[in-house]
Amino acid sequence: MTTPGLAGFIASGEDSQTCDVVVAEVLEALGQGFGLLPERGAPRGGRRRTWFDTFDWRLYRAGLTLEYAAAHRGGELRLSGAAPVRDTVQPVTGWQASRPHQLRDLPDGPIATSISGVVAPRALLPEVTVTRTTAAYRLLNEDGKTVARLLVEYPAVAAGDVRPLPPRLTITEVRGYLTQARRAARIVAGIPGVRPVTQPLLADALHAIGRYPGDYSNKVAANITGRMPAAEAAATILLRLLDTVEANVPGVLRDIDTEFLHDLRVSVRRSRSALKLFGDALTAPLAARGTALTGRELARFAAEFKWVGDLTTPIRDLDVHLLDFEDTVRTLRAAKPDDLEPFRAYLKQRRVREFRVLARGLRSPRFVTLTRDWRERLTAIRDSANAGTAGTVRSGQSRRAAVETTGTLAADRTRLAFAKVAKRGAAITPASPHDTLHDLRKRCKELRYALEFFAPLYRADSYGAVLADLKRLQDGLGEFQDTEVQIGEIRALATSMLAADEAPAVTLLAMGEVTAWLAARQQAAREDFERRFAAFAGVDGQRRMAELLRGGAA
Amino acid sequence: MKIYATYNIKGGVGKTTTAVNLAYLAATESKLRTVLWDLDPQAAASFMFRVKPRVKGGGKALIRGTRALDDAIKGTDFDNLDLIPADFTYRNMDLLLDSAGGKPGRKLAKLLAPLAAEYDAMFLDCPPGISLVSENVLHAADVIVVPLIPTTLSVRTLDQLTEFVAEFDGRRPDVLAFFSMVDRRKNLHREITENFSSERARVAATFVPYLAVVENMSVQRAPVTVFAPRSSAARAYRALWSEIQDSTE
Repeated sequence: MTTPGLAGFIASGEDSQTCDVVVAEVLEALGQGFGLLPERGAPRGGRRRTWFDTFDWRLYRAGLTLEYAAAHRGGELRLSGAAPVRDTVQPVTGWQASRPHQLRDLPDGPIATSISGVVAPRALLPEVTVTRTTAAYRLLNEDGKTVARLLVEYPAVAAGDVRPLPPRLTITEVRGYLTQARRAARIVAGIPGVRPVTQPLLADALHAIGRYPGDYSNKVAANITGRMPAAEAAATILLRLLDTVEANVPGVLRDIDTEFLHDLRVSVRRSRSALKLFGDALTAPLAARGTALTGRELARFAAEFKWVGDLTTPIRDLDVHLLDFEDTVRTLRAAKPDDLEPFRAYLKQRRVREFRVLARGLRSPRFVTLTRDWRERLTAIRDSANAGTAGTVRSGQSRRAAVETTGTLAADRTRLAFAKVAKRGAAITPASPHDTLHDLRKRCKELRYALEFFAPLYRADSYGAVLADLKRLQDGLGEFQDTEVQIGEIRALATSMLAADEAPAVTLLAMGEVTAWLAARQQAAREDFERRFAAFAGVDGQRRMAELLRGGAA
Repeated sequence: MKIYATYNIKGGVGKTTTAVNLAYLAATESKLRTVLWDLDPQAAASFMFRVKPRVKGGGKALIRGTRALDDAIKGTDFDNLDLIPADFTYRNMDLLLDSAGGKPGRKLAKLLAPLAAEYDAMFLDCPPGISLVSENVLHAADVIVVPLIPTTLSVRTLDQLTEFVAEFDGRRPDVLAFFSMVDRRKNLHREITENFSSERARVAATFVPYLAVVENMSVQRAPVTVFAPRSSAARAYRALWSEIQDSTE
């Protein structure tokens, strides 16, 4: 049996002809060191291979690659990665390489088992398709025995006018003949123009179409520094958020999976928070040399983003119910799982209606104008603020000194956001109304976003410690509010179902049981609040925050 | 892992050609992960697969376990098919098995056990004769494939073997014989092949004729199905492999 490739090489050259010359030289050199025979019966035409991943590269980030190879009948999926996955192959039928696939499209089997926890609730999208022709050779010893194999692959990206990828050469060991395979690899490595493979074919293919693995993330990760003018950093952060909004619109409109809308909403919410936190930096005339926004314009953009946020809320609320549906069903004690099915059907039906409204909104001139104008204004501010740092003001004073830096802005605004959280949280007692906790949740979100926007300025360990405590506090507050919202929604939905004559009594009873379960969860979250708050905003928490901000402003 | 052994007390009856062809068919046509162990110091199976008949440390290292059997495995030129080569020291394997400690008749079965995870099928190509090696093989195998030349004496050896196996305590291998090197021009061959199959339950209906192409294997150094895939010999081995699988399921 042959083992997986011992050594992989690229025959590199300026064009395909030069690459072919390199391959010919490899064959000649191997022919001198071994007997060299074309492999009998080896397929010359390679199968089309399409790599799949979620939009946010969940498989790639988990160290996995999922590849589909089409065959005459059906095809196969191959999942590769470190143990315990290694190399898992599963035949599939009716799988189309050109369209997204939901996890439920994946037949039961080892691949579905391995990836569902990583991928859910996202869909698998085709990233890139590669076709290839291959030529296989056997390297023989003096007895005419095959001691190694050479596979020459000529890959090409199946997309428009993309230049062919350089040929790949793989030496494969035959079991028990490692020494000879190593000798063959040394011969190949010695040929001018041959270099070792450093990245998988997927990465090469993505590069050829101007992409790279992990090229989308919903993280802010804006390219900012502490010394940058505040206006430039503010515009850079907001542009990055706009990129994320726009990147998700097609996925939302095609309704590929629920997380496109989720990421879009998060970026809209972050944009609104950013405007609140440091929108004034975009209005500073000195930094932005005539490109600055007026206070009125700022308010208009803020209002437009609120409109986008509101537009997306009904669908997201329905998505949350549907995503949690199976978990909810499992909590039923008195009711039967089927009792809730009319509720699920009603949620789906509502979603279809609400989706039309959302799609109309995202396709509307209002939305298109908003994103176009926003990008134009932010780009101008960013570029002029950046250009401004090089010059001097009339008095001869360095412009940089006159302009607020990102480091100062970050420290000021984050400190303020933290102070609000600390003050309002400390005022909450067991007797405080629910709204005080809901308000604190909003302040925590603002603080979280402030930290995330300026994350590149901080030391990773201090940042991680502050964020972990804040996240725990937010989770508790989120649970407290979300359960309340869901109870309210279920009650409202029950009323509309009843009005529409679509609510069997057992369904209403089951829905009642679900609200009781949610109420118990809300109560538990309320009881845990003091502990989580003290961990974040107590003496130690304040010290950690102060240290973090000192480091960022430096 | 199912273990097949090609065995006969007599030599020159086609054990090695059978082992080589059946192992090849198991690997390439039945897609079973297959390994063939050439236990015969004459190394004919190793020669046919162009593998040098040499094992580091010799049979002693393998039997005593100082070298894992796994280390001795060589890939053949064919997918799914590996070989454990012969070594001249196998001529002393009786002595090695006897002095290895434990039950001398069951030593081989114990050695093969770790390969079960890696292979679906194993073929043991045995040297002729009744010896401790053959006793080990008979205990380790699930199926004993016995090539018989259609002569009265040859048929007697099958009876001897069947009686020997019947005396085993516990698990007994399936014994399945078939006629090999059959020359239809000879009356005796014709009579024995026609009558014997119907008289004995464990004799295959398929027989392998005496053909020059089979002898040519040692010139081509490959299974007959590789260099003469449409020959009547190749057809006969395919039919035999199919019958063995059906009758030993």
